[in-house]
Amino acid sequence: MLSLRVPTPTSFRRLHAGRSRLSRDCLFSYSPSFVNRGVRLRVRSTKSEVALTPAEEEEEVTLPEELQPELMPKHVAIIMDGNGRWAKNQGLQPWDGHRAGVEALKEIVELSGRWGIQVLTVFAFSTDNWIRPRIEIDFLFSLFERSLKSEFQNLAKNDVRISIIGDSSKLPKSLLRLINEVEEGTKNNTRLQLIVAVGYSGKYDVLQACRGIAQRVKDGEIDVDEIDEGLIEQELETNCTEFPYPDLLIRTSGELRVSNFLLWQLAYTELFFAQELWPDFGRSGYVEALMSFQQRQRRFGGRKS
Amino acid sequence: MAELPGQIQRMNGGINQLLEQIFGFSRRCLFRVISMGPIPNHLAFIMDGNRRYAKKCGLEEGSGHKAGFSALMLMLQYCYELGIQYVTIYAFSIDNFRRQPEEVQSLMDLMLEKIKSLLEKESIVHQYGIRVYFIGNLALLNDQVRAAAEKVMKATAKNSRVVLLICIAYNSTDEILQAVKKSCINKLDNIEASGSCKHEDTDSDIEAKDMENQEKKIQLVDIEENMQMSVAPNPDILIRSSGETRLSNFLLWQTGNSQLCSPAALWPEIGLRHLVWAILNFQRSHSYLEKRKKQL
Repeated sequence: MLSLRVPTPTSFRRLHAGRSRLSRDCLFSYSPSFVNRGVRLRVRSTKSEVALTPAEEEEEVTLPEELQPELMPKHVAIIMDGNGRWAKNQGLQPWDGHRAGVEALKEIVELSGRWGIQVLTVFAFSTDNWIRPRIEIDFLFSLFERSLKSEFQNLAKNDVRISIIGDSSKLPKSLLRLINEVEEGTKNNTRLQLIVAVGYSGKYDVLQACRGIAQRVKDGEIDVDEIDEGLIEQELETNCTEFPYPDLLIRTSGELRVSNFLLWQLAYTELFFAQELWPDFGRSGYVEALMSFQQRQRRFGGRKS
Repeated sequence: MAELPGQIQRMNGGINQLLEQIFGFSRRCLFRVISMGPIPNHLAFIMDGNRRYAKKCGLEEGSGHKAGFSALMLMLQYCYELGIQYVTIYAFSIDNFRRQPEEVQSLMDLMLEKIKSLLEKESIVHQYGIRVYFIGNLALLNDQVRAAAEKVMKATAKNSRVVLLICIAYNSTDEILQAVKKSCINKLDNIEASGSCKHEDTDSDIEAKDMENQEKKIQLVDIEENMQMSVAPNPDILIRSSGETRLSNFLLWQTGNSQLCSPAALWPEIGLRHLVWAILNFQRSHSYLEKRKKQL
């Protein structure tokens, strides 16, 4: 997701990896478990600053001790926000921020595969991002193309399946061809499904589902009375996966908005807003988000007795 | 001597009144200061945590929801005093029907009592000239609650100062589903009504055919105008109490660009400071968002 600039981002729950102090939250009550979580993280991030021995590296491959395997989410969605701001903070150009963002994504994809997450959906380019300068859009698409080409072998080796969702009508033809090739080439991989949303918005997804349904009604395939939530779910672009509803949505850079991402699918998704900019997100941010998820009580409108 | 307890009571009453007036005055001053910046037009609340509150305070079942109602009245007063025009609340979800029948029934009884009280002369509706909408699949409610809701909507239809939208028997996915169904029906009716003309495929006709095909397709505006929540603009801020950070199938379509707040306080504990904090955060990001809206 291209970064959305806000003068001084802030939030009700500031979640800093490695810091247990809660700025401004002193006005409100917070659960003690949150403070303990912060302390544990501080210990963890100190450890990761020291160079690891091969044995410790081996241990890093398995699930971190803070995470319980039975409570891992099946589907994680990420709004990768903050590349532009990161580049500005470093005194670099916006495209350097996007390059750094791609590296961060590679790390998260690898961790997701190792930690048993089945689907990872990332918001790469929204319909709203078309207002960006042409030069930035062209760079993004060429970066996307280059990354897909260079990572194709890696994806195949790591048993990752790629799917692209979104309105592809405005994408360059070379990119479209490459997307088809990669989707075709990885369609039998089963370890992790990486869904990249390009030219996507939640409203667009519902609209195209609605059009598909209207066509089926017009063709006499179904009756209007048969239109139900299941039918809409089948027509949404996330029908490319067995688990279309994310369990956890992470948005980086401190913005507290969903920005029209996966609208229908987010009905019961746990939301996590991370303060770090996307290129800085990394392993520690991911662990913090997953820990927060594992502590949530999901009731789906019912009651936990 | 016998007059002393009475005198003390009168003094206490007087002190309380004075304190109320001081707090009210301070609050109005605070609101004047906040109003120097942009004020949100529409605030939405997910009133979560009533039962946990009752358990925490050792109250009996149902008291949490009553305390929640009092908190709601207070929040509405603050919102309308501040000049917020639209307030939406998530009163009862379609998913909540899955709870124990006794709890569902007691919630329905409470809602019936409170809906009827909205029509009383001293109620907040008359105080602020509120137009009330009940949004949701009202057919799922029992006859009494539905009748009371329709009566309130009719009685307040002429009010125009501020608006209260009460989402009851509501799910965002259900709202979108109904809008999709209506859009399909309307579009198909339009196509049938306009009839089909056969064209020879000349150049000018191909262009006309493209336009015709485009008109036949359902557009975003077709779905949006069939949404029940189309009577109000999109919420600027969505506040969910009790610290849970999820939407729970509430206003998914409308909160795409809303600021999301999740204070840890349980709903009956929600207060002025949470509202003020949410608005200050809103004011920080407002100018940037307005610029983007114009670009789009």
